[in-house]
Amino acid sequence: MSRRSVEDYLKTVYDLSKNGEAVTTTQISKALNVAPASVTEMLKKLADNNYIEYSPYHGTNLTSDGRRIAEKMARKHRLLERFLHDILKIDNMKVHSQACDMEHALSDDAEESLCRFLKHPDSCPDDGKTIPPCDLKIGSCEECMKLHSQGLEEVGKHNQNLISISNLREGQKGKIAFIRGGHNVLQRLLDMGLTPGTKICVVRVAPLGGPVELLVRSSKLALGKGIASKVFVDTEEEN
Amino acid sequence: MSCHSSGKSKKNNNHSGKRLTIALAGNANVGKSVIFNQLTGSNQIIGNWPGKTVDRAEGTLRFEDYDIKVIDLPGIYSFSTFSMEELVSRNYIALEKPDVVINVLDASILERNLFFTIQLTEMEVPMVVCLNQVDEAKKKGIIIHKEKLQEALGVPVALTVATRGEGIYELVKTAVDVAKNKPKRKEIKYRHDVEEYIGKLASLIRVEQLELGYPSRWVAIKLLEGDSEISKLVSSKSKKVIEESKRLSRELSTSCEEPCFSIIASERYALASMIASRSLHQNEVKSTLSEKIDWLTTHKVLGYVTSASVIVGLLLWTFIVGDFLSGLIEEGLSLIAPLDLVLGGSILEIAWNGVWGGIVAGVTLIIPFVIPFYLLLAMIEDSGILTRVAFMMDSAMHKIGLHGKALIPMILGYGCNVPAIHSTKIMETRREKILAAFAITFIPCTAVTIVILGLVGAFLGIQWALALYAVNIAIIFLLGRIAVKVVPGKSTGLIMEMHSFKVPSLKVVAKQTWTRTKSLIYIVFPIYIVASALIQVLYALGVLMPISEAMSPLTVGWLGLPILAGVLLVMGVVRKEFIIVGAVTILGTTELGLFFTPVQFLTLALVGTLYIPCVATIGILIKEFGWKSAGLISVANILAAILFGGLAFRLLSLFM
Repeated sequence: MSRRSVEDYLKTVYDLSKNGEAVTTTQISKALNVAPASVTEMLKKLADNNYIEYSPYHGTNLTSDGRRIAEKMARKHRLLERFLHDILKIDNMKVHSQACDMEHALSDDAEESLCRFLKHPDSCPDDGKTIPPCDLKIGSCEECMKLHSQGLEEVGKHNQNLISISNLREGQKGKIAFIRGGHNVLQRLLDMGLTPGTKICVVRVAPLGGPVELLVRSSKLALGKGIASKVFVDTEEEN
Repeated sequence: MSCHSSGKSKKNNNHSGKRLTIALAGNANVGKSVIFNQLTGSNQIIGNWPGKTVDRAEGTLRFEDYDIKVIDLPGIYSFSTFSMEELVSRNYIALEKPDVVINVLDASILERNLFFTIQLTEMEVPMVVCLNQVDEAKKKGIIIHKEKLQEALGVPVALTVATRGEGIYELVKTAVDVAKNKPKRKEIKYRHDVEEYIGKLASLIRVEQLELGYPSRWVAIKLLEGDSEISKLVSSKSKKVIEESKRLSRELSTSCEEPCFSIIASERYALASMIASRSLHQNEVKSTLSEKIDWLTTHKVLGYVTSASVIVGLLLWTFIVGDFLSGLIEEGLSLIAPLDLVLGGSILEIAWNGVWGGIVAGVTLIIPFVIPFYLLLAMIEDSGILTRVAFMMDSAMHKIGLHGKALIPMILGYGCNVPAIHSTKIMETRREKILAAFAITFIPCTAVTIVILGLVGAFLGIQWALALYAVNIAIIFLLGRIAVKVVPGKSTGLIMEMHSFKVPSLKVVAKQTWTRTKSLIYIVFPIYIVASALIQVLYALGVLMPISEAMSPLTVGWLGLPILAGVLLVMGVVRKEFIIVGAVTILGTTELGLFFTPVQFLTLALVGTLYIPCVATIGILIKEFGWKSAGLISVANILAAILFGGLAFRLLSLFM
C-alpha cells in the first residue's frame, strides 16, 4: 500500500462525500478508474489503518485521521497549482495533472514555505488568498481566481489541525482559528462574536444538511451549513 | 473629544424649552420594544425612515417637566454596513445627536451585547446602559454587579425587567439626568498599538477639518476597518486622509498578520469579554424548562414533528376561530344591508352593493381570520419557537434559494400575502426578497382558504382540502427550484441568533399583530371596496361573459371547468373568495354540487390558489419590486395555474 495510493484514495473519498454521506465503492471505482474488486481490497486496508470507516453495504466514510490527510492533499494540490500557473506560467490545461504528481512529494515544510512565498506582498494581490483546506471542488486556477475575485476574504490563521465547524459533532468544542467568506459575511460573523481565538461549542446539528447551532460568548447562534463549512476551529487543546 | 462640539451646540438650546430626545438602541430581541411601549404608551407614530424601507418608531413621553421624544432604533448587532438598519441607526446617532441614548442589553448575553455598547461609546454620545431581563438572567444563574459594570463602562447603568415595568422610572430618571448634565466619562481604550494607529489617523482627520459631523476617532476607526460608506464620504473630501488610512491600515494589518476589520472586532470583543467577566458572576443551575423545550423543538425527529405541528396548528386555529367569528360578523352585518351579490337592477344599486360587499368581505376576512392568525403567529414568534422552526427548515429552504429566516414571511402569507411580501425585507438581498415574494404569491391566504374550504372542504371533505394544501406546498417547492435557476445571483447563508424561549409579552404580540394587520386596512381594504364595485358593474354591463366565453378553450377545453369558471376567475383577481361567492350568486344556489363535478371542484380550487396574485398583492409587488418584477411574477402565476390545473384535471379524471 503505497503512500501515494493511500493519499489518492482518501482524497477521492473526501471529494465524493457530500454532506458527510457515505461513498459507495462504485463511485470510487469510477472516479479512480480502477476495478471495483481492487477498490474493495484497498478500502479494507485503509479501514484497518483507521483512515476510513468501511462497511460493504453502507459504503465509506473518512475518519478524522483520514480527513486530515485528504485536506492536506487538497491544500498542497491547490498551492502547487497556483505556483505552477502564477509563477511558472505553465499552461492552465497542464497544471492539474502536474500538481497531482507533485502533491505527494511536497513536504509539509515546503508546503508552508510555498504558502508564504505565494503570500508575499510583492506578488499579485490575489496571491494573498490561500487555498481552501476544505474545498476540493475547485477545478482549476482560473476557477480559483474567480473565487477570489468574488471578494472572498479571510481572517485568522491556517494551521495543520483545523477542522470545519460543519464537520464537528454535537457537544464538540473548539477555538475559532480561521474563517473564509465574503466581506459582509465575515464582518457579520465577527460582529456576532466569532473572532479568532473565541471558544465555541456545537450545541446542535440540524439533520439533512441543515444549520449548526453554536454556543458562543453565552449566546446561541445558528449558522447555515454553507457558512459553517467555512469556519474552521482548532479542537486540539480542548480534547 | 473636543472635536465635534459644532454639531452638539445647536441641540443645546433644546434644554431651555425642556425638550429632550431619547434614542433606544440595542441588539434584536433584548426587550427594546417593550421598553419603548412602557415609555410612550399609546403616543406612537410608526412609519419609515425617510427614503428607506426601514421601520421607524417614534413616541412621546412626559417626565417631570420634560417633553421627551423617544426614538426606537431598529434592533442591530453592530454599526457596520451589513444592513440598512445599521446604517440608519448609526447615521441617526452620529448626525442627529439625540440628547441621550439608552442602550438596552439582554443581561443573559452580556458579553455579546457589550460589543454593541462599546461601539456606541466610540460614537461619543451621552448614554445610559439599561440591563434588561435581569430576572431571566437570574434564572440562568447570572448575577451582574451594577456598580462594577458602571465603573468599567464609565456610564450609568440601570437594571430593568421591562415586561413587568420594573426599573423603568429609574431608567428614565437616569437618562434625563445624563441628558441634562452630560457628565464627562472616561474613554474606553483599545490595545496600545491599535490605539496608536487610531490616534494618528484621528489627529490627521482633525487637522484636515473634514466637517463630517461624525466624531473623528469614530471616523478613524471606521476608515481603518475599511467601512465602505465612510470611505466614500471621506474620499469626496480629502484624498490625503484616505491615502493615509489605507497606509496605516496596511501597516497595522501586516504587523498583526490579520485584516484590520478583524483586529478591531477582536479588540472590541476582548474589551467586552473583560468587562463582562469583571462584572458578572455565574452560578451553576440545573437545566431550565427553556432548554427542555429547546431539545424538543430541534430534535432530529421530534423537531420536524413540532415544526409541522406549529404550522398545522396555526392554520387549524385560524380555520376554526375564523369560521366561527365570520359567521357571527356576517349575521351582524346582514342586519344593516343584504350581503348577497346584486348583479341586476340599476348600475348605482349594483355599485353600492359592490362597495358594501367589499366592506363586508374586508371585515369578515380581517377580523375573524387574519387577526387571530397573526395574533397566534406573533405569540409563536415572540416565544422563540419560530426561530427553531426556521432552524429546522433551513436546509429545505436552501433548495429554493432562501434560508431559514424566509420561513417567517412565508408563514405570514397564509394570513394575507400583502404583509407577508412587505416583511420579506428581513431578507438580506434583493434576490432573496424576490424569491421569497414569488413563493408567497402561491401560498393560499385566508381568502383562498375560504375558497378551498367552501368548494373542496364542503363538497368533498376536509381530507381533500388538506391534501390540496400539501400539493400546494409541493408545487411551491418545485416552482421555487425553477425560480432559483432563473433569478441570477448567489444565495446567502443563515446567520441567526437563537433566542432563548420566553413567555410571550402581550404588548409585543399586540403591537406586532397590529403592525401586520395595519397594512391590510390601508392597502387591501380600499382595493376591496373599489374593485368589488367595479367588477360587479362590469358583470352587470355584460362585459365579463364575453371574456369568459373567449377564455373557454382554456377553462373548458384545457382545465375541464364549466364555462362560468372564466367569470369567476376574472372576478377572483379582485378578491379570491369571489370565486365561490360569485358562483353562488350567479347560479342562485349554494348547492354547487349540482353544477360542478368533484374533479371540477378540485381543479377550480387549485387554479384559484395559484392563478394570479390578487390586485392588492400585485399592488404591493409593484411597490416593493417595481412593475417588471411584479409583471413577471404574475405571468409565472398564470402559467403555473394553467399547467398544474390542466395536469390535475387529467390525473384526477383517471380516478374520479
